[in-house]
Amino acid sequence: MTACNNLLTVRQLGMRFGGIQALSEVDFSIAAGSISALIGPNGAGKTTVFNCITGFYPPSTGSMELTLEGRSQDLGKLLSSGLFGGSHRIARIGIARTFQNIRLFREMTVLENLLVAQHHQLNHNLLAGFFRTRSYRSAEQAAIDNAISWLEVVGLRDCANRLAGTLPYGHQRRLEIARAMCTKPRLICLDEPAAGLNPHETEELAALIRQLRQEHAATVLLIEHDMGLVMGISDHIVVLDHGKVIAMGTAQAVASSPAVILAYLGVDESPNTEATV
Amino acid sequence: MSALHPSSQNASALAPAKWRELLRDALFTFVLASIVFGPITGLQLKGLDFIANWQRPMWLAIIVTLGRVLFLTALNTDWLKNRLQRSAIKKAQATTVQTAQEWRRWAAISAVAALVAFALPFVFLNNSYVMKSLLLAMIYVLLGLGLNIVVGLAGLLDLGFVAFYAVGAYFLALGAEHWGLGFWGALVLSPLLAAALGGLLGFTVLRTHGDYLAIVTLGFGEIIRLVLTNWLAVTGGPNGLPVPAPTFFGLEFSRIAKFGGTPFHEFMGWEYNTNMKFLFLYVVLFWVLALMIFWIYRLRIMPMGRAWEALREDEIACRSLGINPVVVKLSAFMMGAMTGGLAGVFFASYQGFVNPTSFTFFESALILAIVVLGGLGSIVGVIVAAFVLTLLPEMLREFADFRILAFGILMVLMMIWRPRGLIRTRRPVFTVPER
Repeated sequence: MTACNNLLTVRQLGMRFGGIQALSEVDFSIAAGSISALIGPNGAGKTTVFNCITGFYPPSTGSMELTLEGRSQDLGKLLSSGLFGGSHRIARIGIARTFQNIRLFREMTVLENLLVAQHHQLNHNLLAGFFRTRSYRSAEQAAIDNAISWLEVVGLRDCANRLAGTLPYGHQRRLEIARAMCTKPRLICLDEPAAGLNPHETEELAALIRQLRQEHAATVLLIEHDMGLVMGISDHIVVLDHGKVIAMGTAQAVASSPAVILAYLGVDESPNTEATV
Repeated sequence: MSALHPSSQNASALAPAKWRELLRDALFTFVLASIVFGPITGLQLKGLDFIANWQRPMWLAIIVTLGRVLFLTALNTDWLKNRLQRSAIKKAQATTVQTAQEWRRWAAISAVAALVAFALPFVFLNNSYVMKSLLLAMIYVLLGLGLNIVVGLAGLLDLGFVAFYAVGAYFLALGAEHWGLGFWGALVLSPLLAAALGGLLGFTVLRTHGDYLAIVTLGFGEIIRLVLTNWLAVTGGPNGLPVPAPTFFGLEFSRIAKFGGTPFHEFMGWEYNTNMKFLFLYVVLFWVLALMIFWIYRLRIMPMGRAWEALREDEIACRSLGINPVVVKLSAFMMGAMTGGLAGVFFASYQGFVNPTSFTFFESALILAIVVLGGLGSIVGVIVAAFVLTLLPEMLREFADFRILAFGILMVLMMIWRPRGLIRTRRPVFTVPER
């Protein structure tokens, strides 16, 4: 697969909550194997885009397509197909996510958190589990080994049997990324992964994100306010403001775009604009 | 309260201050106790007049003050302070991860407990009252384990659990009347029927959460009870239905075999003993429970059980990991209902008769109390709580009028001292190989 293949294509995405048009005509695409960032001022609709992509909101208009091995799947269709549709289907075809406010299974151990993420790779036969048949045990052991290898990646191996809720904040962030990666995703969406991290931890996070792409064949899409991190690791940046895409391109192109500077820093104070407010 | 936390260092230097504080506290207690007891015990009515009696309130106040002083000095000893500190630390960490050493200790304790539980009815073979109480307690253990799956593991507050209990019991009664169904047949089929009903209930409440779910399940429980009460033609209404005695390879546990054949005691050549039926039920129930406990223990470390607990922790995170919450919820409801149905069969056989008064909301509340008091999700906790909550009222028969009151007080106290239940849940531990 070449780098210019698009993994995710979002077309004319619109989202309306009652009278509020949260997103309108959002168009962008994400190249397979890239690290992309979605930025914008507070309330620009970044998390709404995320929730649409990962299936938590059915979009009002527009379409999203995930292309894997030349085969395209419409995400909207997966969401709306009756009783068995829903956001879990999106996760199963290879889109994983983390949350802005960490959502770990706090009263379960770190390792259990990762085992839950591998639910679908395990043997579900109740009788097999009751009698602990060989196939059940081998599937379980493989999941545990995989979980431990992920703990190694995020540096939490020593915490495997601790309760997830008792970990320090930075570790919880990393654990959530490891948990999302345990679902074997093609696209991982990180919602503000650096929020609440100190500069040192942010650096480690950047290294981890690069590692996800290089060693684990994951395409990364992130929302982030830490511009240092975004500019440092992103190949492609999409800037949103008031539910619309206002700029797109490489870090340099975006940083020098007048529309972006306007959105972030505002316009010159002049009597005219004040009056309209 | 300030007397509680003097710094333990430089105890000798602080001693006078401590004494002063103690004296002040004692004086304060004395005055307060006098004020409280003065009007109550100090004024003796005599006709329309009264006599002031200052001795009684004074003695009471002195007793209270002495108690307070003793309490405070005891609190100041290092031993008690350490104990309190340790229990506070334990309370702070709600759930703990089980260590291998703990596991061995638990295994030993539970083996002894199982042995005692198995032997008890044989000891009390001639005491019908004890036998019945034990059997009932065991039935509640089974019910508690069932509800524990729904409430404790999957985190779905179910206030209508008694419905499945009723379905199991009536299934045996109606089955015996119409299709000649026996105890063993019902034991196999009623879990299936209850599970189907559980699935139906689960299906209708898929989109409700928390309080709303509780209300809908409460309604479901009441619907079942009202149908049983009012559908006279089938269920016999409030008059109930008889349930045949259980059989063992076709040998009935009754004085005279109602369906022909030989009763068990005749076959064995023994004197008839009413307790034989209860003993038989107890032994069967014991093995069913053993199997159930093992099953739930395994479930907790199986993908399904983990998914239940994950759903309890965070449904949105579950969905983001590709777990279908519909399937997980339905499986929890069905598994819980199955256990409830099973318990119903035992209850019907135990009573020899079923009617709707056995399946009121109070039963649901009692089962929920067992689960909550025992510690949500904890198997051992549920077993202990079931015995406590069913045997304690029996022991306190004299105070029968205050039973609900005592129950409420117990609940309040538990929520203060042990908000996570009697036994904290322990997470399974995984071995992480050394690097």
